[in-house]
Amino acid sequence: MKKIIFNTLLLVLLATAVQAQDKFFTKTGKISFFSSTPMEDIQAHNKTTTSVIDTKTGKMEFAVLMKAFQFEKALMEEHFNENYVESGKFPKASFSGAIVNIGDVDFKKDGTYKVTVKGNLTLHGVTKPVEAPGTIVVKNGVVNAASTFNVAPEDYKIAIPNLVREKIAKQIKVTVDMNYEPLKS
Amino acid sequence: MKKLKFALLLLCLLAYSSSYAQDDLLSLLGEEEETTEYAKASFKTTRVINGHSLENVAGGVMDMKISHRFGMLNSGAYNLFGLDQASIRIGLDYGINDRLMVGFGRSSHNKVYDGFAKLKLLRQSSGKRTMPISLVVLSGVYLKTIEWQQPERDNYFSSRLEYTHQLIVGRKFSEGTTIQFMPTVVHRNLVPTTEDTHDVILIGAAARQKLTKRVAINAEYYYALPDQLSPDRKNSLAIGFDIETGGHVFQLHFTNSTSMIEPGFMTETIGDWGKGDIHFGFNVSRVFTIRKPKKLEG
Repeated sequence: MKKIIFNTLLLVLLATAVQAQDKFFTKTGKISFFSSTPMEDIQAHNKTTTSVIDTKTGKMEFAVLMKAFQFEKALMEEHFNENYVESGKFPKASFSGAIVNIGDVDFKKDGTYKVTVKGNLTLHGVTKPVEAPGTIVVKNGVVNAASTFNVAPEDYKIAIPNLVREKIAKQIKVTVDMNYEPLKS
Repeated sequence: MKKLKFALLLLCLLAYSSSYAQDDLLSLLGEEEETTEYAKASFKTTRVINGHSLENVAGGVMDMKISHRFGMLNSGAYNLFGLDQASIRIGLDYGINDRLMVGFGRSSHNKVYDGFAKLKLLRQSSGKRTMPISLVVLSGVYLKTIEWQQPERDNYFSSRLEYTHQLIVGRKFSEGTTIQFMPTVVHRNLVPTTEDTHDVILIGAAARQKLTKRVAINAEYYYALPDQLSPDRKNSLAIGFDIETGGHVFQLHFTNSTSMIEPGFMTETIGDWGKGDIHFGFNVSRVFTIRKPKKLEG
C-alpha cells in the first residue's frame, strides 16, 4: 500500500518536472526599434526583455519595460517616455500569442525553422492583434528566436504632433532577438 | 482504501492541471527583480526661469541658451512696452556626465562673463533604492567687465568678481508637479553702498506644473533675508511658460529682474511688480548630442 502511494507521488513529481522542461525562457532578450524618415533616423535598444516559450503548445509571451529602451540622444529618450509612450502610466509593453505552425518545429533537433507567430500586442495601454514571421534556430539545446515586424504608433493611440510629424515614421520597424535557455523548475 | 485512491487521483489531477493550465507563462519566471528608477524631467530644462532647476543636461550633451529680457512694460507705447530695449545672455552648458555639468555665458547687462559647475548629489528614485528628494549643488563665478564708474580711483581686479553657492533641494511629486527650494549665498567683493553686506543669504522657491505634455507653467521667487541689501532692492519674482518642441525649449516669462545671472537677479533687482516694472523675456534652449552614450555600443 505504501509503495503505491510513494510511486504515485513520484509519478506526479516526475510528470511536473518533465513538463517544465518543455519551456524555455530568457530575461535578457533584445528588442530594438527603428524609425527612418528623410529628416531623421531614430533607434532604440532594449536588452532586458523577458520571455517564455512553451514548446509543446507553441505559446509565447513577452514583456518589456519601456523605460529600459536606450536611445542615442538623451532628449529622445526623455520625449519617448514623457510624451509618446507615457511610461509613467504604461510602464510595460507585452505580447501574448502562439506559434501557429508549432508542429513544424522540433526543439530537440538542431535546425532552422520558419514560423508564423500570432497574438496580441499591448502597447501604450492599447491591445491589438498582430501577426509576424519569424525564425527559430535550435542549436545544442539552445533556442534562438528572431522576428521583424512593423508597428504603427497611430494604432496604439501614440499621438505625434504635426511639428515632428516629418521626423517620426508612420511604420516603426521592430526587431526581436531572443536567446532562450531551458526553464528548470 | 477508497478514500485514499480518491485522494491520490485528486492529487494527480491537481498536479496535472497546475502544470498544464498555466495561462500566464511569464509568471513561471517568478517575481521580477526590482530596479531603481530615477525621477526624470522634473523641469523641461536646466533653468526654472532666471535661476537653476533640479535638472542637469545629460552626459555628452551641449545646451546652447540664448536669453533675452526686454525693457519694462510700464515704459509705455513709445518704447513698445519695453521691446525697444533688450538685455541678452548667451551661454553654453555641457554635461560631463549625467551628474556633473559645467557652463559659461556672457551677459550684456554689466558685461558679465560667468562660469558655473553644477553637481547632482542625490537623485530622486523609487524601486530598489528609494530617495524621496533630489539634491543639487551649484557654484558660480561672475566677472563684471563693464568700465569702472570712477576710473580715477584705485580699482582692483578682484572688485569685479562675485560668487554664488547654492543648494537646490526638490521633489517631482507627480508626472506634472515639481517643487524645489534653493538656499543660496552670494558673495560680492565690491558692494554698492555701505548698507550692503558682502555675503547675501537668500532662500528661493520654485515650482512647475505641466499643463499639457509639452507646455508647463513655472514660478520662481528669491527672498533675500533682511538687512543685507540697500532698501531700493527688491526680491526677484518670475512667472513663465515652458514650451517644448523637439530639440528646443522656449521659455516665455515675466520678471522684475533685468539680469539673468545669480548675483544680478538676486541682489540687483530694482523692479517693482506693483508699479509695473515688469520685463517680458524669453530663453531659448537648443541641445546637441556631442558625445554618444557608450551604452548603445555592441
